[in-house]
Amino acid sequence: MDKKQYERPIIKPLNTGLMNKFGTRTEYTALTHIEGVSVKSLLADYGSPLFVLSERKIRENYRNAKRIFETRYPKVQFAWSYKTNYLNAVCNTFHQEGSWAEVVSRFEYEKAIKNGVDGDKILFNGPDKTDSDLTLCIENNSPIHIDHLDELYRLTEIATKMDKKPRVAIRVNMDTGVYPMWDRFGFNYENGQAWDAINKIMATGKLDLVGLHCHIGTFMLTPSAYGVAASKLSDLAMSIKNKYDKSITYLDLGGGFASKNTLKGSLLPGSDSVPEIYEYAEAITTAILNAGFQPDDLPYLYLETGRALVDDAGFLLGSVISNKRLSDGRRATIMDFGVNIMFTSFWYDHKISPAQEFGQHTEDTILYGPLCMNIDVVRENITLPPLKPGEQVVVHHMGAYNISQSMQFISLRPAIVMIDTDKKVHLIKSAETLDVLEKGELLPEYLKEFSL
Amino acid sequence: MAIKKNIAISDSGFLFNPSTGDSYSLNPVGQEILKLLKEGKNDEEVIEQILENYLTDRDAVEKDLYDFKNMLENYKLTDDE
Repeated sequence: MDKKQYERPIIKPLNTGLMNKFGTRTEYTALTHIEGVSVKSLLADYGSPLFVLSERKIRENYRNAKRIFETRYPKVQFAWSYKTNYLNAVCNTFHQEGSWAEVVSRFEYEKAIKNGVDGDKILFNGPDKTDSDLTLCIENNSPIHIDHLDELYRLTEIATKMDKKPRVAIRVNMDTGVYPMWDRFGFNYENGQAWDAINKIMATGKLDLVGLHCHIGTFMLTPSAYGVAASKLSDLAMSIKNKYDKSITYLDLGGGFASKNTLKGSLLPGSDSVPEIYEYAEAITTAILNAGFQPDDLPYLYLETGRALVDDAGFLLGSVISNKRLSDGRRATIMDFGVNIMFTSFWYDHKISPAQEFGQHTEDTILYGPLCMNIDVVRENITLPPLKPGEQVVVHHMGAYNISQSMQFISLRPAIVMIDTDKKVHLIKSAETLDVLEKGELLPEYLKEFSL
Repeated sequence: MAIKKNIAISDSGFLFNPSTGDSYSLNPVGQEILKLLKEGKNDEEVIEQILENYLTDRDAVEKDLYDFKNMLENYKLTDDE
């Protein structure tokens, strides 16, 4: 007689009458393959854990967003938000699709140049631009998005010295009716700071004001807020036109579109509650088109969409280290990936699928990472089938921020592969070794010797 | 460990404890172990039986049985002896 498949014995209390609107079981299917490549073979070839990116999904997301905006507005340009995921393979996939670069630091800027992006197609944002950064931007004709008055004055001084007229935009913050209001970056619209900065720029004539930029928040669940932002930027652009007879080349609406991840505490999963790209597009383009621009004088619409274009193209594969029972009877499972490579687990309840077939019985489980630190909790509560040590799981929606914010804390960072559109697997970053961690570290001579 | 005599287990793995009114669901392995324990089998006999019927190893079954019995106690499905 053939032996049956073994599954850990489970006894689970059935609670009736308790609040359980959406049921407890969330995963009905195992995810055994990503883009046609088996999870098992990926982990066998590249080790566990492993980040996997789908090139097809990145391109599809980009083309979809581009189509949605371009069917509503004639002049659209995307700039890939480097900080969201600055792996060169990811950046270049976006560049191949026609996306420019949006950077917020010198090394990101240099990365974009190294990747082959023309200087005039790199938008430099952020509050921290050194004199040397500004000089480099001026030399390369990169649009500089001014964040504060000190930067405005410094830039004016540098431009005067260099006898060049840099292309600039100002970052505008505003009340769009959502909380929290991001007013730490840029100049405020409502209290007149933004208009004041514009007048200063126009009065000196040293800078070429080509754009207006805003970035109203992150993981925005209210598309109408973008409509308010686009109206306010358009209003500033119209005021510039009226007062100085100058047409603004572009309005940059920044990023912040939500991905399909599920925010902690939200009633519905991200797949059901997050707005679709067309809803943001509709709000933004309607506001600009109705703002009163002459048809031949419409500004370009720049978008720095990051998360919404790459999050669902990224997966983290990992394995079970052990199961244990906590003192209160809760089941706990220890995985081989932790918060050092899953920064977003602090605000998302990531969807996690078993990578092998499983039975119909599930258990409420707390998922821990491998770090010897109490904060290393991957999911505080998840319903999963019983998993044995060595069995594998797939974490979804991992493409945004996790890789750029990962750190070698206790565990070194794993390898990253990209599956191309022909289902071929490419290693795009090797797993780290101690050498990588210690690169640049210097040990003073007198500390080298000791006896214990 | 003795399982309470009055608890009822259905063929589909539904367990009812008439003294408290609580009900539970069991997966097939859990169901089989509980049945063996109810018949008065000791740990060794339970492990042997599971090893005979399922694709697994002794270490895994031993560990899981220990944990499972803890849960039965936790849910007060055993008789104090």
